[in-house]
Amino acid sequence: MRARALDEVFGVLAAEGDEAKILAGGQSLVPALNMRLLEPRLLIDINSLPGLGAVAERDGGLRIGALARYAELGRSQLVARLAPLIHQAIPHIAHPAIRNRGTFGGSLAQADPAAELPACAVALDALIHVASARGERRVAARAFFKGLYETALAPDEIVTAIDIPKPARGTRTAFLELARRRGDYAMVGLAITARIEDGVVRAPRLVFFGVGEKPVEARAAAGALDGGVLRDRIAAAQEALGEDLDPPGDLQADGATKLHLARVLLARGVDALAGSTA
Amino acid sequence: MSEAVDIRLTVNGEAVARRVPARQNLIDFLREELGFTGTRAGCEHGVCGACTLRIDGAAVRACLIFAAQLDGARVETIEGLSQSGEIADLQAAFHARNALQCGFCTAGILVAAAELLRDTPRPSRAEIRDHLSGNYCRCTGYHAIVDAVEAVALQRGAAGGAR
Amino acid sequence: MIDRPLSFLDRPNSYIGRSVPRPNAQRLLQGRGTFVDDIRLPRLVHAAFLRSPYAHARIRSIATAEAARQPGVVRVVTATDLAGRYTPWVGVLTHMKGLKSAPQHPLAVERACWQGEPVAAVVAESRAAAEDAVAQIAVDWEELPAVADAEAALAPGAPAIQPALGDNLAFTRSIEAGTVDDAFARADAIVEDIFTFARHTGVCLETRSILADFNPADRQLTVHHSSQAPHMMKEIVLRHFPLAETGVRVICRDVGGSYGIKIHVYPDEMAVIALSLLLGRPVKFVADRLESFVSDIHAREHRVSARMAVSRSGEILAVAIDDLTGIGPYSTYPRTSAVEGNQVINLTGSWYRCANYRARLRVAFQTKPPMSQYRAVGHPIACAVTEALVDRAAQAVGLDPAELRRRNLIADDAYPWTSPAGLRFERLSHQRCLARMLELMDYAGLRREQAALRAKGIHRGIGLASFVEITNPGPAFYGVGGAPISAQDGCTLRLDPGGSITVAISVTEQGQGTETMVAQIAASVLGVSLERVRVVTGDTERTPYGGGTWASRGTGIGGEAALQAAKALRANILTLAGAILQAAPAVLDISDGWIVDAASGARRIGLDEVGRAGYFRGDTLPPDVQPELVATRHYQPREYPFAFTNGVQASWLELDVETGFVTLLKHWVVEDCGTVVNPLLVDEQIRGGVVQGLGAALFEECAYDAHGQLLNGTLADYLVPMAGEMPDIAVAHLATPTATSELGAKGVGEAGTAGAPAAVMNAINDALSPFGARVTAQPATPQRILRALGRV
Repeated sequence: MRARALDEVFGVLAAEGDEAKILAGGQSLVPALNMRLLEPRLLIDINSLPGLGAVAERDGGLRIGALARYAELGRSQLVARLAPLIHQAIPHIAHPAIRNRGTFGGSLAQADPAAELPACAVALDALIHVASARGERRVAARAFFKGLYETALAPDEIVTAIDIPKPARGTRTAFLELARRRGDYAMVGLAITARIEDGVVRAPRLVFFGVGEKPVEARAAAGALDGGVLRDRIAAAQEALGEDLDPPGDLQADGATKLHLARVLLARGVDALAGSTA
Repeated sequence: MSEAVDIRLTVNGEAVARRVPARQNLIDFLREELGFTGTRAGCEHGVCGACTLRIDGAAVRACLIFAAQLDGARVETIEGLSQSGEIADLQAAFHARNALQCGFCTAGILVAAAELLRDTPRPSRAEIRDHLSGNYCRCTGYHAIVDAVEAVALQRGAAGGAR
Repeated sequence: MIDRPLSFLDRPNSYIGRSVPRPNAQRLLQGRGTFVDDIRLPRLVHAAFLRSPYAHARIRSIATAEAARQPGVVRVVTATDLAGRYTPWVGVLTHMKGLKSAPQHPLAVERACWQGEPVAAVVAESRAAAEDAVAQIAVDWEELPAVADAEAALAPGAPAIQPALGDNLAFTRSIEAGTVDDAFARADAIVEDIFTFARHTGVCLETRSILADFNPADRQLTVHHSSQAPHMMKEIVLRHFPLAETGVRVICRDVGGSYGIKIHVYPDEMAVIALSLLLGRPVKFVADRLESFVSDIHAREHRVSARMAVSRSGEILAVAIDDLTGIGPYSTYPRTSAVEGNQVINLTGSWYRCANYRARLRVAFQTKPPMSQYRAVGHPIACAVTEALVDRAAQAVGLDPAELRRRNLIADDAYPWTSPAGLRFERLSHQRCLARMLELMDYAGLRREQAALRAKGIHRGIGLASFVEITNPGPAFYGVGGAPISAQDGCTLRLDPGGSITVAISVTEQGQGTETMVAQIAASVLGVSLERVRVVTGDTERTPYGGGTWASRGTGIGGEAALQAAKALRANILTLAGAILQAAPAVLDISDGWIVDAASGARRIGLDEVGRAGYFRGDTLPPDVQPELVATRHYQPREYPFAFTNGVQASWLELDVETGFVTLLKHWVVEDCGTVVNPLLVDEQIRGGVVQGLGAALFEECAYDAHGQLLNGTLADYLVPMAGEMPDIAVAHLATPTATSELGAKGVGEAGTAGAPAAVMNAINDALSPFGARVTAQPATPQRILRALGRV
């Protein structure tokens, strides 16, 4: 069914429960349907819901509608200015035809552990708007991702928007990903933000993906970097990363390899921050 | 799911009205219902790019969208793009350089290349490869395809801007 | 430089050697090709299969009643329903002594022996309805132990997958030439390694497709097949189904990639034929991508332990290899699953002068999908092993790798040559190719650049790989062993009343340019422009009888047949023209669609007039003249079992030693395939083949668990090479035509794939050499490289 209003969506979700799936970009859902991994009775096409695709400046930050397509985010001047981390991440996501349809809200709801935007959401301290017949609530990104393809969404809820807070002065971001081929899911990825004041790192956030069931904030590694002169603390941070990450292995690499690659990305991420101006 | 949905859309410039099974994807709709067999399925999981066509001006995987979603949409397949002449220079360059062999991937690659040249008038070879990195070709090894797209970009640039 | 007497190939306005674009590519560019799935027939129904989820399981029972009741379902069948409607097949050939295999059936009988084996089939009004019904079939499985590892399969006490055959050793063969032990004993250095090669699958973008259309009223079966060998397929049908030779037609129109995958007999396709015979209506089956991964033939799973003895002056003294390869639970039909291993042991080391060679091959059954011939059959393994040992030998004696090759490659004037394994080389050009390569790639310059960058911590590698390629096989390859595989091909050319030429030929087109190559030859000999030539292929009813396209034989064999037939037609045309003009045929020629005076070039009469006179105006001809404006010739190689070609490839890459990631910077091929009819098409075949080989070196592997379950059977997980990671590929040629045919063409389709993995592996190991690290497993994944470096 093609939903024309959110109330319709809520009504169907409440009535059908697991038998209904939200169809937004479809770039993750439809492959699963085609492969008969999922067999819902009903698809709720939300692509016509009004107002859910907008990207707007708000309180110095951004409010991005759940239906905003990756390609739109990649072209948006607002995103480039106010959430450069997302702007850096977009080209790594799949391929152009996928980016023309896939949505920000869909990426968050899907919660693939190797996906780019969930990690960016956590790194940016995004606030995720979630709505249902029972009303609206907001969930902090770091509380939104619970496990493998598991989020804080209740079965009757959908993501409607994402708020990105106003970036603090002096914030720099970098986005790195190691993938076997362009557009593949990341073997290991890193979204990194920090304030750089007179060459000193303040409030760094290192969010790794592809290293666990959900994006992992490397707090020990961040702690090692915090307050230090950029490149000076890399070795210490790499060492500390061993406390933050215990990646499960997959087809591409075992846990030890992933941890090693994460350490390499950490060093390169800090280098990128040192070299960047935004 | 046996429910059927009524859709009205344009396909290659022609108005089409049909009742479609809710579960029918766009590839099957085009091939089985409308007889446009130029759009082909290579994987049905969105990875190979063979089914790439244009919906409302954007390159999209036809295997990942249901016909039922396309009420009011404007769909252009390789047949329409060929008939309109929009990609004639790309097709000629592909032909001259043998940037296709079995031809199964070709429609998807032409659609992707056309979008690249629309958005990036003078792409470097690396940018061409990057943009086409989601289109699988087993026959050519990609080199001739990159040559052909590069040549068309240069031609269009010399002719005074993108189409 | 082509050193042979002037022939038809050197005529003015000849198309031989010209890079003409393919006329038959236009329809593909506009989405107007005809692949099997595009064909619509009245009362067409669709097949879907239930496949074994287990690598090894007994089928206790299959309940199909629920499935048969589903909407749109026409029939549900299991092996029992098809019994007596076909004869089983066995994938052995008499000349592969000792090769054993169990009979195979369209649907598994009592036991499934690989994950993906078809067990039941549903025929329904749509593919979706058929798949829905498949989900309703209930199979009572008894899981049996998987025998997934080749080495384990041969270990004493391993369960025999086919108990009637005794053990899991399908085939073994040994080669012993010269004095191997003596050579190793006197060597100044011995290098050895164990090389492993992952299982591959072809991943043709158009999956396997077949539409079997049986008309019971006239007992005619028409099979529309995505295949390379229609006549062979017809023979197979005749052998295994109760049909008359006059009652079977196989048609191959546009084929979306094959690379050898589509020349084998597949149980599901045989089931489709059986179903059409049973139902008396057209049945179509198009494999989807997921089932392709578990049902297409696989290839290249080898473990080779290899040693090379070398003297301090860099002379290769001996080579010894032991090759273990795992196939499926059956040897594939009709080409067997032993040819790949056979070629590995035949080819290894063969392009070097060394006369001392020992090899052992063991081919083991496994509970994995059946394997068989796939582009470059065995060459990538033989080349990778040989060329890796050569690089190591060079390192061991302190010689530059190019120099060690130069000292050991067979001299260009040493031919004819017979290798230790008995391969007969008519004439190759290894030394000149190597010299040309070093110049083309600026080897010296790259070594300087490599050294400079190493000093800055940037690690680049250069890898060389010399190789030979088997092309144009003669009848001793398959036919001798009883296979219904023809080593000859035929071509019929006809002049039509309007002056155009229709060519029907038994070699086939899958995009490589067969039809264009044939048209170029016909047009050149007959003196017409290419636009006037129409080529028909891929139809057992419309073409002469022949082998089709495989083993890089289309140009060498099909092209020669076309050349001879064109010469014969030309003679017939000039005979008729002479009768019309009252001139001796010997003073006439054909040029640009006109009969001309051979000496002056003056136009006498149009070819179309000759055609019309022959067909419509017999009244104007002398009474004893019977115009024959059609000619047919067949050709098969007789002198040499194969027409070997040779070449050398080079890879230049950068290795990120922190991440193990490889960036391919550039690739070169210098290839000698004799006469080149269309350089553009030949170079593109080479490039496409190279990229398949690059995929092997860096990305492709079928990953299995201990239970024989495929872990990466989707396109997201089985990594095929995409544009973003592939380099530009430069190609140059030398030409040593074969003297065994007038065209002088050898084959080239598989050359790229043969040498590319070896070149890349050598380049990776060259980049790793400052670290004392080495990788001998393909694909050389980041993890494997990091482990070799000791970083993880």
